[in-house]
Amino acid sequence: MSARRELVAAGMALMLCCSGKMMPAGDAADSSDTQANVYPVVEAGRKLVFPRDHGAHPDYRTEWWYITGWIESDGVERGFQVTFFRSRPGLQEDNESAFAPKQLIFAHAAIADAANGQLIYDERVGRQGFGLAYANSGNTDVGIDGWTLSRSDGEYRARIAADQFAFDLSFLPTQPVLLQGRGGFSSKGPRPGEASYYYSLPHLRVEGSALIYGETTAVSGNAWLDHEWSSEYLSPAAQGWDWVSINFSDGGALMAFRMRARSGGTLWAGGSVRHHDGTLSTLSPGDVEFEPTRLWRSPRTDIEYPVAMRVRAGHYDLKVTPLMDDQELDARASTGIIYWEGAVRASVDNQPVGRGYLELTGYGDRPGM
Amino acid sequence: MMWFRLLVGPLLANRTRVLLSVLAIALGVALGYAIALINRAAIDEFGQAVRVLSGEADLTVRGARRGFPESVYPLLARQPEIEVASPMLEISARLAALDDDLERRSLDVLGLDVFRAARIQPQLIGQSDTPLDALQGDALFLSASAMRWLGLQTGDRIAFQVGTGRIELRVAGLLPAAELGQRIGVMDIAAAQKHFGRNGYLNRIEVRLVPGVPVATVAQRVQSLLPAGVYVESPQLVSQTAVAMTRAYRVNLNVLALVALFTGGLLVFSTQALSIVQRRSQLALLRVLGVTRRGLLAVLVGEAAVLGCVGSLLGLVLGYLGARLIVSFVGADLGAGIFTDLQASLSFEPAAALLFVLLGILAAVCGSVAPALEAARAAPAQALKAGDEMRMFQRLTPLLPGVLLLVAGAASASGPPVAGLPLFGYVSIAMLLLGTIALMPRTTVVVLSRLPLPRRVEYALGLAQLRAAPGQAMVSLASVVAAVSLAASVAIMVISFRTSLEDWLAHILPGDMFVRTSGHGETAFLSPPMQERVASIPGVRSVEFLAGQRIRLEPTRPPVTLLARDIDPRNPGRALSLVSDVVTPLVGQVPAWISEITADTYGHSLGEDVELPIGGKRVPVMIAGIWRDYARMNGAIMIRLEDYRKLTGNYDVADAQLWLEEGAEIGAVRRALLAALPSDAVEISLPNELRTESLTVFDRTFAVTYALEGVAIVIGLAGLSASFSALTLARRREFGMLRHVGFLRAQIVRMLAFEGALVSALGLIVGLLLGWVMSVVLIDVVNRQSFHWSMDVHLPWSGLGIFALAMLAAAVLAAVNSARRAVAGEAARAVREDW
Repeated sequence: MSARRELVAAGMALMLCCSGKMMPAGDAADSSDTQANVYPVVEAGRKLVFPRDHGAHPDYRTEWWYITGWIESDGVERGFQVTFFRSRPGLQEDNESAFAPKQLIFAHAAIADAANGQLIYDERVGRQGFGLAYANSGNTDVGIDGWTLSRSDGEYRARIAADQFAFDLSFLPTQPVLLQGRGGFSSKGPRPGEASYYYSLPHLRVEGSALIYGETTAVSGNAWLDHEWSSEYLSPAAQGWDWVSINFSDGGALMAFRMRARSGGTLWAGGSVRHHDGTLSTLSPGDVEFEPTRLWRSPRTDIEYPVAMRVRAGHYDLKVTPLMDDQELDARASTGIIYWEGAVRASVDNQPVGRGYLELTGYGDRPGM
Repeated sequence: MMWFRLLVGPLLANRTRVLLSVLAIALGVALGYAIALINRAAIDEFGQAVRVLSGEADLTVRGARRGFPESVYPLLARQPEIEVASPMLEISARLAALDDDLERRSLDVLGLDVFRAARIQPQLIGQSDTPLDALQGDALFLSASAMRWLGLQTGDRIAFQVGTGRIELRVAGLLPAAELGQRIGVMDIAAAQKHFGRNGYLNRIEVRLVPGVPVATVAQRVQSLLPAGVYVESPQLVSQTAVAMTRAYRVNLNVLALVALFTGGLLVFSTQALSIVQRRSQLALLRVLGVTRRGLLAVLVGEAAVLGCVGSLLGLVLGYLGARLIVSFVGADLGAGIFTDLQASLSFEPAAALLFVLLGILAAVCGSVAPALEAARAAPAQALKAGDEMRMFQRLTPLLPGVLLLVAGAASASGPPVAGLPLFGYVSIAMLLLGTIALMPRTTVVVLSRLPLPRRVEYALGLAQLRAAPGQAMVSLASVVAAVSLAASVAIMVISFRTSLEDWLAHILPGDMFVRTSGHGETAFLSPPMQERVASIPGVRSVEFLAGQRIRLEPTRPPVTLLARDIDPRNPGRALSLVSDVVTPLVGQVPAWISEITADTYGHSLGEDVELPIGGKRVPVMIAGIWRDYARMNGAIMIRLEDYRKLTGNYDVADAQLWLEEGAEIGAVRRALLAALPSDAVEISLPNELRTESLTVFDRTFAVTYALEGVAIVIGLAGLSASFSALTLARRREFGMLRHVGFLRAQIVRMLAFEGALVSALGLIVGLLLGWVMSVVLIDVVNRQSFHWSMDVHLPWSGLGIFALAMLAAAVLAAVNSARRAVAGEAARAVREDW
């Protein structure tokens, strides 16, 4: 999972899960249909089927396709992220208007450039409809206002044209799908409903071009894709969460997260390790530990983030350090949230072992409510 | 000290006249300044409203209020030059009574997509503590002024009438634009489409372009993508168009302000003329004491300037207070009904204030120049002698200028409008007035010389006195003629308009009873089942329905109303108040009857084939007639109901007029209608109720005019009586002499009353005649060119008669009154003044 997405989703003015309770869908004005749509519950044992499950699951409350990675051009390494969210707010579901906000789509894209020292960031948000914003079922095919992510012949392609930057990247899987949790059923909290369907594609080979600072360059690199959908995942007891994904240079992959309790301490944790030989270990709450090693205070928001971490996950004991300190994403103007989402390097005993992304949420206000 | 006594003293002595002059100037300044203030406020407020509505948009796409297909929106959103397109549905929604509140009002409701609007129109994004509240189907966000106006707060319910049914929404919060004076509500676009039955339609799209692209080029390309009757405009143009709608109205009121200033100038003229007569020997003394001609002139004109200045400053205060009153009671559109939902706020306008202060001073100075020149020109030695003052009145103005002015005035009445304004009409009225005043002394001499000498000696003496000094009468006559003619002409115009309106209502609405939903907002209508219900009420012989919607013929003009009712193309005059011939349509032609306003504004003529944008298509129609319409200021086009239904696919109607069966009881039919229709959804009226309602609206619109009318009459009366008093007092020596030769006091009083009656009667007759001529110019030129509606001239005989008699009585009373005072003293003392 990616706590960040919840955050982002939350902030997008999209926060749907009031105090974590399952909310019956339906427009309060049209009480006639309140019975009609309740979100499907995420249950263990549902077998994920591809390519169908690469596509959207519009009945569920929230869904995202999330790609993070490192790209290189002319010897410069940069981090990037591109995310598409789909949300079913459960509003005006009986309204036949083509504008009815039955599905909301939004997208974030960012480039982390160490030379710049700050994220270059942009976003799109809108309601599904008129072919301007969509999340189609059957295979990955999402888009909003010209930003698209689609999958064909097993390869993903993301096209983003933001105000300050643009990229057109293809992502070729080099490994099979990695089902998180129990066969794709990923617990998010102690309670049974707090879960998602979740799979990842680590070690995606990235090819394409990027336009940064007015210059178009060919880029290549390595990325990680998450696809996750859920009807309920934010525990009311959670304050925020830390999440990390690492592509190891030996071909292995690690995902680990923890939910921090409002009261302090860890509420829930989990993750998975795919070893270089392809074997998979699923991590239970007791297998994951995040320990901040260095704090960075944002000069803009005065929020302090543990941008460097010691992450113990399974048999790994990683030192995680950021590409640059300032990878804070201030989306208050549009989405109402602030979080830290950054490219990181992982090392063991000061030896670099891989690269990935770290997400830190809930260090300012609690997202959402 | 002597200066003070010689110059200021007389002013104090003539308090009434001085006060009146000051008041007249104050009135003119007040009116002009108030109009400037209100207009500025309306422009600011409307500009601000447009800024909030359009936000940072570069282009605004608007069409018929009924809307255009929503497919236009993705088409625009996909254009590479377009960064954001914000789809909107603007609806003037009729408020339904929630409790016992039966007041019918409407609120402008905007349906929008918050995700798009947030990028162009952030001021329209509602504030709520509940996330996603803006997307709830029942959430309505109100501007602060709408919240106040409706007396609602967050969490309250609000109901609207749609068709004959109602929907209920929840007040979800405030719009952030706290300073926004406009009363608006904002809701989700999907919910607006659903609740107001407009699924699939938009009527406005705000567009922001990618920075740097050429706006004009893109606008042109966007226009080519739009359906018929949908136009792309710049938001600035939208604002200008709306403000321009009040221009003719404003200009007319400004002319009234100038008229008030002119009246003020005339009063200054009579005041100064008479006070200079009284002070003739004092002024001559000043000359003897070494004051130069130029110096004397400066002093006398300076006196008037002081009067003008005082009046102007008073006018500024009055104007500001008046503007506040008008804005709060009538609205920033001066009662014209254009900006219904604006809450204008006033600011001090230094430029306008300065302008009107200068105009006020100018009017006073102009009024004083002629008498001041006369006084300065007089030879001191001569002027010091008694009785010389009468010399001043003996000079007769030459004939030619007056005649020329009258001819030019008559000629310019046929001039065309200038930039949509009846400038030639105003010039014509001014010239007619000035020409008549210039000719008054000559007219007086001619008329008086033809009158037989009365037998009674005091009357004969009075007539002789007037014959001998016609210039003296002229001073009084100028103000009488001006006041009477202006008051009469405006009265004739307003009465003509009012009577024409009544006739028109009776002609166009001949039914026995009316069922209306169209009074407020756009959301109320009678659906086909409701129409059947109305038709099947017992006692109803026949029903005729009226449907309508607003369409745009040109992007820069406000929308015209497309109306539809049952009309027989061979006899359209039965239903319409035609002012043109009738062209019978050929088979297959769609006949359209356009209102005079439409004909004038768009230049369409009888029999012409034109295309109307109806339902997104260009529909060819033939102009089959031109009719008079007082109801829709932006123009109307009438087509047959069957054509309308075919073209729009819309079978709803707004109003119905009913003819009852012989002997049907009106009360029973009304009760049956109320039982058959949702009771608060329709207004059921009888012809006389409709008439009263329309005339109330009319009177409210002309409230400012009525008020000015009253003021003009008061000024006229007061000016008249004041000048009589002054003249009489100036003639005390003459009365003393008459007493010496054996005249009784009563005889002198009678003589003066006779003189007063004679002069005022002359002034009244000439004033009324001139007023009648001026009213024709007002009706056929000024009104026609300003508002494009014609009317029949109706002379309010009784009103004018009462007015004339009152003026006459006032003049006689004033004369008698001042005569009594003049003859009260000892004859000997009066004569003694004459060393």
